Amino acid sequence: MKYNSVFDIIGPVMVGPSSSHTAGAARIGKAARNLFGKQPKWAKIHLYESFAKTYRGHGTDFALAGGLLGFETDDPQMSKALDIAKEKGLEIEFIEDSAAVDHPNTARLIIGNDSDQLELIGISIGGGKVEITELNGFELRLSGNHPAILIMHNDRFGAIASVTRILAKYEVNIGHMEVNRKDVGKEALMVIEVDQNVEDPILKELEGADHIIQISKIVS
Amino acid sequence: MFRTVAELVEIAENENILISEVMIRQEMDVKEKTREEVYEEMEKNLQVMERAIDDAMQGVQSVTGLTGGDAVRIQKYMKEKTPLSGHLMMDAVSKAMGTNEVNAAMGIICATPTAGSAGCVPGTLFAVKEQLHPTREQMIRYLFTAGAFGFVVANNAFISGAAGGCQAEIGSAGAMAAAAIVEMAGGTPQQSSEAFAMTLKNMLGLVCDPVAGLVEVPCVKRNAGGSSLAIVSADMALAGVTSKIPCDEVIGAMYRIGRQMPSSLRETGEGGLADTPTGRLLKEKIYGTTM
Repeated sequence: MKYNSVFDIIGPVMVGPSSSHTAGAARIGKAARNLFGKQPKWAKIHLYESFAKTYRGHGTDFALAGGLLGFETDDPQMSKALDIAKEKGLEIEFIEDSAAVDHPNTARLIIGNDSDQLELIGISIGGGKVEITELNGFELRLSGNHPAILIMHNDRFGAIASVTRILAKYEVNIGHMEVNRKDVGKEALMVIEVDQNVEDPILKELEGADHIIQISKIVS
Repeated sequence: MFRTVAELVEIAENENILISEVMIRQEMDVKEKTREEVYEEMEKNLQVMERAIDDAMQGVQSVTGLTGGDAVRIQKYMKEKTPLSGHLMMDAVSKAMGTNEVNAAMGIICATPTAGSAGCVPGTLFAVKEQLHPTREQMIRYLFTAGAFGFVVANNAFISGAAGGCQAEIGSAGAMAAAAIVEMAGGTPQQSSEAFAMTLKNMLGLVCDPVAGLVEVPCVKRNAGGSSLAIVSADMALAGVTSKIPCDEVIGAMYRIGRQMPSSLRETGEGGLADTPTGRLLKEKIYGTTM
């Protein structure tokens, strides 16, 4: 089920005016920041359908900026987020995109700094709840209901086993897992939803495992 | 885990517990939390709702100047005159609109189930409270009951205007409030479901057509509509009136209607009231000057 908690319905506590266009947008921005692992220096944000048509009136622009700055949905600085982003050296460009998409509230975020770049698609499904549906060209379905680790790796035998062996050693239970690759033998992405937050020492050890390129995590 | 209203009512009846209790137990189970933790989280939401209404009663104004001040205007009227629709009704309307005036002014609110529809549940709660004198626990339970019904709608249909029109937002919010009023007033779980169904039936087909794409016109006043319909439907259910179409089928109808709605009527600010001469003029004024 898409919603699994009563607090998805009665909540979130947030700065107005729209749960999907403001709170949801902030959460998509924050997910992107979390996955990037640090504050980006620039962001190109494509907005589609209802997001594209009404983003100024709903504060979708400052909410996405707030999320990229790491703000929660009820941060009183939210409506000033565009100015704060500028002060902190984060350049943001919004693009009203007319391409067809599956969900009316869709945003594509391309964020980066001098050396790294990340691209994701987030949808705001209502009441402040979001899903990440694509990361760096890989399709995925990340609800944010559970903590998760995302692992970019080379598509080789043993890559998955080396990761799960480490998780088993630390008694981390896997609730849901997806593996996706662009082509045989090329880059692949493991998405692992777990029951508890994965601590940094475990992430460090995972980074050192065979065939692993990059790791990021989402805290529930 | 319940998936439908029928299942929700069945669990409550079989175990002889309230709808709110079914929701509390499920939340404890899914999130592996204690009763105290779940209560405390909801208490925080309740405090946010209370504060938003307090703020509204001081008088708020949105940045665009399109909305604000009506909650206070209604309270003043209630003191000076006898409202035709009754004191409780106008109190609910004032508090529901007030919550959304705070939302439009980018204040802090609790989405129930969304920000645009955040007035119906707290507006009715803080009005009905004056007559039923609930305990704090019963007020928290009100939110769990509303949440239980919203949970079914969110998982079987939608709760956002962009996905399903205003029927998915104010329709759901008003119906959630109706179900919660019934429980607080001592009605049965089945009567809650009847009140929910009767409210949503009257909201079917309602489009999301915000002027200038803002959550102001007509959103604030639609919270007045949602909360008043909630009280009427709760009274009807408590009187023993039932919905000929079962609750889950009404939710199904809402879903199919939303799927058939063109994008211009789903929170794009392109159709309906947004596309009236005055709606277009307001949009021009707002984006021409303040934004």
